[in-house]
Amino acid sequence: MTLVADTRAMAWRNVLNIRRNPELLVFATIQPVIFVLMFRYVFGGAIQGSLPPGQTYVNYLMPGVFVQTIVFGALTTGVGLADDLHLGLIDRFRSLPISRAAVLTGRTTADLLRNFFVVVLMMLVGFAVGWTVDTGVSAIVGAMLLLLGFAYSLSWAFAIVGLTARNSETAQAISFPFLAVMVFASSAFVPVATMPSWLQGWARNQPVSVVINAVRELTITGDASSEVFKAILWIIGITAVCMPIAVARYRRVT
Amino acid sequence: MNPNGAAIDAAIEARGLVKRFGEVEAVRDVSFMVPPGTVLGVLGPNGAGKTTVVRMLTTLAKPTAGTGWVLGLDVQRDATKVRASIGLAGQYAAVDENLTGRENLRLVGKLTHLSAERTAERADALLEQFNLTKAADRLVRTFSGGMRRRLDLAAALVHEPPVLFLDEPTTGLDPKGRNELWGVIRGLVGGGTTVLLTTQYLEEADALADRILVIDHGTVIAEGTSGELKSRFATTVIEVGFRDAALAERAATALAPVGDLRTKGEVVRIGVAGDASAQAMLEAVRALDSAGMEPVTMVLREPTLDDVFLSLTGHAAEEVVDTDGDDAVVTKGRGRKAKAEGGAR
Repeated sequence: MTLVADTRAMAWRNVLNIRRNPELLVFATIQPVIFVLMFRYVFGGAIQGSLPPGQTYVNYLMPGVFVQTIVFGALTTGVGLADDLHLGLIDRFRSLPISRAAVLTGRTTADLLRNFFVVVLMMLVGFAVGWTVDTGVSAIVGAMLLLLGFAYSLSWAFAIVGLTARNSETAQAISFPFLAVMVFASSAFVPVATMPSWLQGWARNQPVSVVINAVRELTITGDASSEVFKAILWIIGITAVCMPIAVARYRRVT
Repeated sequence: MNPNGAAIDAAIEARGLVKRFGEVEAVRDVSFMVPPGTVLGVLGPNGAGKTTVVRMLTTLAKPTAGTGWVLGLDVQRDATKVRASIGLAGQYAAVDENLTGRENLRLVGKLTHLSAERTAERADALLEQFNLTKAADRLVRTFSGGMRRRLDLAAALVHEPPVLFLDEPTTGLDPKGRNELWGVIRGLVGGGTTVLLTTQYLEEADALADRILVIDHGTVIAEGTSGELKSRFATTVIEVGFRDAALAERAATALAPVGDLRTKGEVVRIGVAGDASAQAMLEAVRALDSAGMEPVTMVLREPTLDDVFLSLTGHAAEEVVDTDGDDAVVTKGRGRKAKAEGGAR
């Protein structure tokens, strides 16, 4: 099976790219760090009142920030592919006898690794501003797995965007409004109950909220059940739909 | 011999290739054969359809009609086998900027499923051959344009493909880089590689190609060896040089009756039939003398491919529809020629 070997070769190339531009990892955390500081210290006091008694806002906030980080980070997959297309690298790869999915599997695999580092970085930031997890190390590991799974499924969604947009500026421009709606009309920063009723249905059930709520289940109450289950279904669903579409697009893109 | 063991007389063959992009017909009915171990030069201006022909033969684009074969393998049905036998170096150096030169070659080695040892050997040999050994472990983003282009060609050669497609390999290179690349291509052909090379530069086709295919607006307008094309389509040229362009303009009026006339800068070129060249030279001298004009230089020269191209594509202004994904250009016959010459210097 050459898919495995080709994926490994492409992932090697993409990981080298990440290592050669370590500043991009840092940049990826700047925006979320600003959000942490802003919401933790500026808006946090006001929002605290809407939370159930006994819950601290920082523990509520951090799962939202983790998901925000990986959602905006998933854009990197699309931007990278659009750049490869634009620079003619995809042509080179397509003229070689490699497995047709390898360019995509290699990139999404490398992005998984990138996301791991970014989430670890954000967890450290969380601890620095008083984030606490009383449900044990296994909860943190579980949260990490959920976050990486969600990041992986989004990588495939944004692979489609990158292959369609064909240049990184367009890829970012078409993604941003969509991402903003996903992240802000969610339970990331404020409880859904404070939103107007017409928005609540969406905000409660869209995948970003579901994954955030699942991470909260794991790290706050330790009662991992319904939301974690729903999050896993979303991850499987998004991947199952987007992966074949991305591969088909890659085959056809000229 | 193709990978199936059958003897073949064409390393590359195109039969009736057509490519349509919506309303635009980029390639219309292009056919040709490239015998093994030879170089075919595909010559044409920007937007002529050269890149599209290459993309179809290298499995990157699906022909609207027609078929292509590489080493007897159908480029659509046996695409994977074709890919294992070809190398492609494009107009834009397709190398990863964030990898070193050596890593770029290693990546191609991995993707063409060479062993790690073989990949390392090939990378070393190619870096040496392309004069990149010193820069091998530097990131490509620090490379000059010429170095990138050499690395791009090296990347196309890692798996030692018997058939090589070069799409405008020297466009944008300075004369030194161009000469280096020409040397490398000659070396590869000497080693038995079959090459299809597209170019806008007549000088390049003349220097490298065994046979030349001239295409314009997606159709083949001439084919032959450089000598054949010259004798078939071009006329002998009288070149008369003056001190400045204004003088050349004035002289052009006096010289008009002698033959087919073009003025560029301070040089007037007169195309005349080969067998009447001596007579025409005399006429030109008399015309200048009676006009009281003294040229700086006056030479009779054999036609170049440049002249062939002009006589084939005509002098009239025409619009070149962009179909290669290059920047759209509107050129005149003469403007085109100026471009080709400017680049060839």
